[in-house]
Order: sequence, then C-alpha cells, then structure tokens
Amino acid sequence: MNLLEMNHVKKTYQNLEVIKDISLTVKKGEIVSIIGPSGSGKSTLLRCATMLETMDSGELIYLGEKAAWNDHTGRSVYAAKKERRKIRENYGLVFQNFNLFPHYSVMKNITDAPITVQNRDKKEVYKSARELLKKMGLEDKEQAYPCQLSGGQSQRVAIARALALNPKILFFDEPTSALDPELTGEVLKVIRSLADLDITMVIVTHEMAFARDISDRIIFMDDGIIVEEGKPEDVFSSDNLRTKSFLGRYGQ
Amino acid sequence: MSIKMMILQLAGGMLVSTQIFIVTLVFSLPLGLIIAFGRMSKNSIISTIVKFYISVMRGTPLMLQLMMVYFGPFYIFGIKVSNSYRLWATFIGFTVNYAAYFAEIYRSGIQSMPVGQYEAARLLGYRKSQTFFRIILPQVIKRILPSVTNEIITLVKDTSLAFTISVSEMFSMARALASSQTSMMPFVAAGLFYYVFNLIVAFVMERVEKKLSYYQ
Repeated sequence: MNLLEMNHVKKTYQNLEVIKDISLTVKKGEIVSIIGPSGSGKSTLLRCATMLETMDSGELIYLGEKAAWNDHTGRSVYAAKKERRKIRENYGLVFQNFNLFPHYSVMKNITDAPITVQNRDKKEVYKSARELLKKMGLEDKEQAYPCQLSGGQSQRVAIARALALNPKILFFDEPTSALDPELTGEVLKVIRSLADLDITMVIVTHEMAFARDISDRIIFMDDGIIVEEGKPEDVFSSDNLRTKSFLGRYGQ
Repeated sequence: MSIKMMILQLAGGMLVSTQIFIVTLVFSLPLGLIIAFGRMSKNSIISTIVKFYISVMRGTPLMLQLMMVYFGPFYIFGIKVSNSYRLWATFIGFTVNYAAYFAEIYRSGIQSMPVGQYEAARLLGYRKSQTFFRIILPQVIKRILPSVTNEIITLVKDTSLAFTISVSEMFSMARALASSQTSMMPFVAAGLFYYVFNLIVAFVMERVEKKLSYYQ
C-alpha cells in the first residue's frame, strides 16, 4: 500500500500558481528526494503534504485514509479535526530552521510530545530518547539548551524529536540549507544512517550528491510541475534540457 | 506627635496600598490575557468591542475611571452603596484599567512569536491549548517581562490615586497627617514608602528575568 498519495494537487498564492497539478506517491521504505530550483514549489508541496498549508484542489491520502479530497466543484475538502489529528500521527517533519523549543532542554524537546501528546510511559520515552540521542551522536547534550548548540547539533536534535514520535514517514524541508558545509556533512550523515533503519523519507534538498546517493527515487520540480521523476541514475543522466541545465556539473 | 506615632498611623495606609497593589496584580494579569485573546479574536465583533474597551481604558484618566466605578452605581442606577464599597470600587477600577494595559503587552509578546514554533508544535501533535500554555506562553512571558516590570512600577505609584474616592491608603493618610500636624514628615515617609516598594519590585523582577535567562 502507498504510505502517502497526493493526487492532482493545486495551490495558488494570490494569482501565483505555485503548484500546478502534481501527483505523487510514496511507498513504505522508500526514500524520495525532491530537487529543483528555488521557487519551484518543492517546499510548498511538502507543506501541503504535512497539512501546514491547505491545498486549493487535490487529494491527500495517508495509508488509504483520506485527509483531503475534492468536492463536486473540484476544491479540496479536509477531514474533520479529529481525523486530521489521527492522520498527522503518521508523519513527522524536520524544518529548515529546526524550530526547536528554546525554553526546553534537548531532552525535554524530544520527550515532551511523546509524554504529553501520546501519553506514553515516562521511563520508556526517556530510554528511547537516550537511544536516539546516542544515534545522533549527542549523548552528552541531554541537558543542554538549544541556544548552546551549533546548527548541526540543533538539526540533529530536531530529527531526534521527530523520530521520538515513531512516525511512519519523515519529511525533511531543506534540512541543511541553514548550515555551513561542515555542519551539513554531519546532518547528512545522520540522515544517511536513518536510511539504513528502513524509515520512509521524503527529502526536499539542494544537496545533489547526497540526493543521488541516498534516494530510491528523485523528483525534479520546476515552476510548479514535476519535470522528471525516476531512479537517481536516470534523472542524473537525463536528456531533458531543463533537468540537464539545472543539474549542471552533477549531470552525467 | 512623635515620628513613631506618625509611622504607626501611616502603617495602616501602607497596608491598604499594598492590598490594592496585590489584588490588582492577581486579577489584572490573568484578565489581561483573556482580553488579549479578545483583541486578537477572528470574530470582528469581539475584537472591535475589546479594542474600544482598551482605547477607553488607556485614553481616560484612571482617577476618572475610579470615580465612575465608585459613583456610577448611585448616579446611574440609584443603588445606595455602603462605605466598604470604596475599596471594592478601587479594586475593580484598577483591575479593569491595568488589564487593558497588560492585554496590549501580552498581544505584543504573542504576535512576536515566530510562526515556526506553532508549526513545530502542530506537527508534534500538540493541541491548541497545549501549544499555547506549554510552548508559546512561557516564551511570551520572558519576552514581555521588561514591559510588565514597567507597568508594575507604575501601579505602585498609581495606588495613590485611590485617595480620590477617599480610600485610606498611604497617600490619603500622609496628606491628612501632614495637614493636622503641619509637618512635611508624613510626605517624606510616604515618598520613602513608594520608593522602597519599587526598589523591591525592581529587585524581584530582576531576579525573575535572571531566572529566565537560561535560554535565548
């Protein structure tokens, strides 16, 4: 079954068509990278998928459960609040600028939602949070506050925070765009390690080499449409002029 | 009359002033938050009413407002009020006035919060009220603390306005004593009282600010 299914999504901001009829499916265990120039609608598509933005038109389906569908006039109708909450449990999102809670320690950033939102056992949550921190290479930062962390460390905490809720699918919205090359490397290494864990991921990124290495599938977007979609080796050796010119030296 | 006697007399006034101060804070701080919500309400009827309320509270003298609250029931509705209503009128007048100021301070703090905090909370599954009380409000409090301190210091001095409806707070007592004893001393004592009170307020608020400085 498809974990995520988006059908004929359209989104317009004040006369600007940001997304023009995009359809996209993600299967369990798949790693999908969305690449494309700035302003091509990648982030908006991700924000529509995570229901941070409402689509003007189109369907949004998680594990067969409809979060949004079209009414008879072709406009998107969203499920009731309660259903949306339930559907939201399926996924997590890692933001470009982390959005950690500055007044909470690293540990509390990770454990607060599992404890207060999911009502899970405190001990168990702390235990799994410590494991996550270890995986992120941050076991000594448990008591630190976000303002004491580097950008790379912050992003790794943000990834741990998203993972702590055990999402079935994890979205990344340009997770390294706010970081310098060195810090980018450490964050990409962590994301790579998640790939080995069989977590389904959808990654919007400008890191071409990384996208090529890690992805099962690459989606190239431009001007609100999917120009090309396929295996990394196919997209990177594409004959499509637009793809070629965007990829530049990364193309083969 | 000895200085000791004077101070003893003034002590009663101090107590009343302190009482006005505490009651006003206890009620206007939470009320201000509710008013701030009204001011930011998407319902335009609610937000317009609240906006009008705030503009009246800020646009007219507190002294006049106290008189309206105290004399209003009799002149408008013909209700005879008892003598003890003076203090109640003071509490009500101060609370509704200060709540309006606090509401605007809360609003400035809430609106300065980056939208990313709300989005992160939403993605993590926090409910609206959880988001507000766990994520937003603690950060808002830190941000607005300097403005709140200002307001609290003004409140200490404003308590003297209760003298206009003959509440026997510090300032009324000092004035009465000064004229009966033909002495400046009560005024000096009153001045000292307000000054020391505000020193304590400033000290406490500084401590609170320091306590919240563990994050940025």
